[in-house]
Amino acid sequence: MVKRIVVGAHYGLRDWIGQRATAVYMALYTVIFALYALALPEMSYEAWSAMFSGGFLRFLTFLFFLALFYHAWIGVRDIFMDYIKPTGIRLGLHVIVLFLLIGYAGWAAQILWRL
Amino acid sequence: MTKRSVQFKIYRYDPDKDEKPYMQDITVDLEPSDKKLLDALVRLKGKDDTLSFRRSCREGVCGSDAMNINGKNGLACLTAIDGLPQPVVLRPLPGLPVIRDLIVDMTQFFKQYHSIKPYLVNDDPAPERERLQSPEDREELNGLYECILCACCSTSCPSFWWNPDKFVGPAGLLAAYRFLADTRDQATTERLDNLEDPYRLFRCHSIMNCVDVCPKGLNPTRAIGKIKDMMVARAV
Repeated sequence: MVKRIVVGAHYGLRDWIGQRATAVYMALYTVIFALYALALPEMSYEAWSAMFSGGFLRFLTFLFFLALFYHAWIGVRDIFMDYIKPTGIRLGLHVIVLFLLIGYAGWAAQILWRL
Repeated sequence: MTKRSVQFKIYRYDPDKDEKPYMQDITVDLEPSDKKLLDALVRLKGKDDTLSFRRSCREGVCGSDAMNINGKNGLACLTAIDGLPQPVVLRPLPGLPVIRDLIVDMTQFFKQYHSIKPYLVNDDPAPERERLQSPEDREELNGLYECILCACCSTSCPSFWWNPDKFVGPAGLLAAYRFLADTRDQATTERLDNLEDPYRLFRCHSIMNCVDVCPKGLNPTRAIGKIKDMMVARAV
């Protein structure tokens, strides 16, 4: 490949909005979760498990994790874009982080639905 | 009357002579007419003519004498000497290659500026006199057209430091919005297409270093926000 500066990938707006939207959701979720947790009659596994058994909080929590991983993906990608200059290494790191985050999402689902 | 003098610590580097840059301690006596930092620098130049810096209009219009003054980018001609903590530490604008002393190579900066097509695009036949705007439409250009391209903003931006070849930078983006906001311009779509890019526009994370340093009091972050607003408006 010739050594020329190439730009013009024509994306970025969706990620920019996505990062803001997920941030707002995570802030809201934190408040909702705090209210749920404060309303717990006691700090025991049974109470904790019952809190999630309704499905609603489980859904919100899973959404929270998805928001967190999407948010983290954009943030980490930004860091790589700034500091990792060789394209091959950057691509490799992108793939690793993407796989990790998708794996974490599956793991989060497994944990939540096992509670 | 006691003589006023200023202590300086100045970045010196002459690639023909010096192996590496060094900081020079030097004191200069001022005349009563010396008000601005540039006056002191001109005095210094009289004392040591190897000191190199750019200056031209000496009144904040040409944008030549931008430098890093006590850690903050600014124009020497607009910075009052009185009140500056001493020794006054002067360095070249950060992030650009140094040609000599306080003179930097601005090629990259202007390349980015040119990349946004900083001129009116209008294919209609030119009218007999001028292309008119309503006063309200003209109002939109205030706070945008005043940029003097001194590069204080772009060289205070970490995103520009890391990607000067790909990120347009605050000065270029302010100029980009100046033409996006111009009702006489017909290339809005092309301009937005040109900027919709993770590097060219979205390296900006609104940390507002550019706003902090702009010697003309402009707000590139707001302009960048308006470019993003326009993109949202056409996408959703």
